[in-house]
Amino acid sequence: MTAPRVAGDLNTALHRLFAEDERAMLLGEDVCDPYGGAFKVTRGLSTRYPHRVRNTPISEGALVGVASGLALAGDTAIAEIMFADFVTLAFDQLVNFASKSTAMYGRRLPLRLVVRCPTGGNRGYGPTHSQTPQKHLVGVPGLALYEVSPLHDNHTLLTRMLDDGVPAVLFEGKVLYGERMFTGGMVDDLFGYELTDGVARIRLHDPVPPDCVLITSGALVHRAVEALRELLLHDEIVAELLVVSRLYPVDRAPLLSLTGPARRVAVIEESTAGGTWGAEVAAALHPSLWGTLAAPIRLIHSLDSIIPAAAHLERQVLVQSGTIRHAVKELVNG
Amino acid sequence: MINHARSRNTTAVLDEGAGPPSRSRLSDADLSAMLLIRHFEKSLLKLFEQGFLHGTTHTCLGQEYVPVALTPLLRDDDHIFSNHRGHGHYLARYADPEGLLAELLGRAGAVCGGVGGSQHLLRERFLSTGVQGQSLPVATGVALHLKRSTPGALACVYTGDGTWGEGVVYEALNIAARWELPLLVVTENNGIAQSTPTAQQMAGDIGGRAAAFGIAYERFTDTDVNRLRAALRPLVEQVRHASRPFVVEFVTHRLGPHSKGDDSRSPAELRAVRAADWAAGYAAGHPEQFDRIDAEQSRRVERIVAEVLARPLTAWSPR
Ligand SMILES: Cc1ncc(C[n+]2csc(CCOP(=O)(O)OP(=O)(O)O)c2C)c(N)n1
Ligand SMILES: [Mg+2]
Repeated sequence: MTAPRVAGDLNTALHRLFAEDERAMLLGEDVCDPYGGAFKVTRGLSTRYPHRVRNTPISEGALVGVASGLALAGDTAIAEIMFADFVTLAFDQLVNFASKSTAMYGRRLPLRLVVRCPTGGNRGYGPTHSQTPQKHLVGVPGLALYEVSPLHDNHTLLTRMLDDGVPAVLFEGKVLYGERMFTGGMVDDLFGYELTDGVARIRLHDPVPPDCVLITSGALVHRAVEALRELLLHDEIVAELLVVSRLYPVDRAPLLSLTGPARRVAVIEESTAGGTWGAEVAAALHPSLWGTLAAPIRLIHSLDSIIPAAAHLERQVLVQSGTIRHAVKELVNG
Repeated sequence: MINHARSRNTTAVLDEGAGPPSRSRLSDADLSAMLLIRHFEKSLLKLFEQGFLHGTTHTCLGQEYVPVALTPLLRDDDHIFSNHRGHGHYLARYADPEGLLAELLGRAGAVCGGVGGSQHLLRERFLSTGVQGQSLPVATGVALHLKRSTPGALACVYTGDGTWGEGVVYEALNIAARWELPLLVVTENNGIAQSTPTAQQMAGDIGGRAAAFGIAYERFTDTDVNRLRAALRPLVEQVRHASRPFVVEFVTHRLGPHSKGDDSRSPAELRAVRAADWAAGYAAGHPEQFDRIDAEQSRRVERIVAEVLARPLTAWSPR
């Protein structure tokens, strides 16, 4: 049996969630059938649950606010922002209302709220439809950030996000939608994976102690795995890859136990440098790894630039497998 | 004097209801401009299928007449803010299909080096962005500048019907009205936003929203460029000389998909949209002129596509 594609797995997860939780509601632009969302993730949902799925006007600030209101009143609210770039239009609702409302009234107020954001580039959508804006939301008290990966079951993920009662943003790498989920511990002929406390670890089927441990999130998995292959086959460097599901707060404990004795660690993200998730991971790990690291944790990101529309220029700016391979070689060989 | 009350459907000849008005004969230049845009847009859909174009590109098929009617009324010192469906706006302002196509294909000679692509163009006083509603306050700022620096010049901003969902549109209209700024808002109401029918996402209507701010408003259902231009001329002059905002709504039709391959409208809806196509109507009324110019522009675009595809990719560095 072939594994579902990531968009299909997300779609199935939403359908299951709607079947299990009759308070579940979903709002977004063009999410209803027959269109089923710009990336088809909500396909079929409005047909099966016509009163629980709504197309909104082009009003990102309002639709996230409305979703917060639903959650405040006890519903399970899922909002879709068509392109993650436009989550900036809902910044106030997320940062000044949803996240704060869980605590600012002097008592805990759980909200079952998830804001889904198709994210990232390498698809030729140009400067305002390709960004990786996670970093703009990192470090907000009361706001959790997650990312879809081809290694983490989406129903488990959505359930966890909602049950935590902390307003959450789910970033979904657009490059992943058409890729298949990995299943059964298998990545390819060389690499397998296992899940530990929410972190997926990709390493050789016959593991050997790695020269380097790489940490990344879902959207970069394929590029990173390609880099692992190239490093192994052409550069004789063994690297392991850890793929997190929750970006923030950083899951420090599993990352520490999995990076354990590694002397070289790098964090890969598609965002530009400066105030990033990767920097947050490095800051979380450095104090414990300080004694064993041979070099500071390396951050690998895209160039400090807007994201051009033309494919050949976009490739030049965004992290590719070659970027990762090059950086790891530098890190390992000094 | 500018009319601050809501002025709806006052231009009887331009309105629906009395059956389709006959189509006046256009100049060869206007018809050429409209058919250039049409063939340009059609070629993009083909280039997508052939894998030369990626990401998203919104064609203005069916709406070509709007910028062709309006642009000659704009001056070189006016600013134009275009949107995601802006190829027609650009081509009506600049006879530069080569530069625009090069932009979309990332080839030498591109208007913005292939960096901006379809939705992010800048040339002289023409600018587009891909975020809905974003340009309204920016255009308002430019209008504020123009009011002081260049009395008589205006900022023209194109929006779709869906754009009116964004709150910042109203913040900008309020400021433009209160500060009496020369802002011309041109809304191409094609009855749909991506997949969402206007009626499903808009409470009330655009005229009522303009009226709420005391902003003068006019609505056109006609597609006849001669008549539209004649009716628009005094409105545009009002914006210049009274320095007040104006909202113009064109009731129009999106013939093609929102982007590419993403049209979920029913066959009946698509038939209705095609029946409203200005080109079909015009071809019936003026077959000789239409066929001649249609063939000319079709060949022209074909040549341009071949020529631009043969160019090298753009070079650009982020620094
Ligand atoms: C802030 C923002 N939200 C969503 C989008 C995605 N989007 C692009 S065009 C569009 C529909 C626009 O509809 P309308 O204003 O009616 O213009 P039309 O496409 O019909 O010309 C949407 C939702 C966007 N570009 N910007
Ligand atoms: Mg529209």
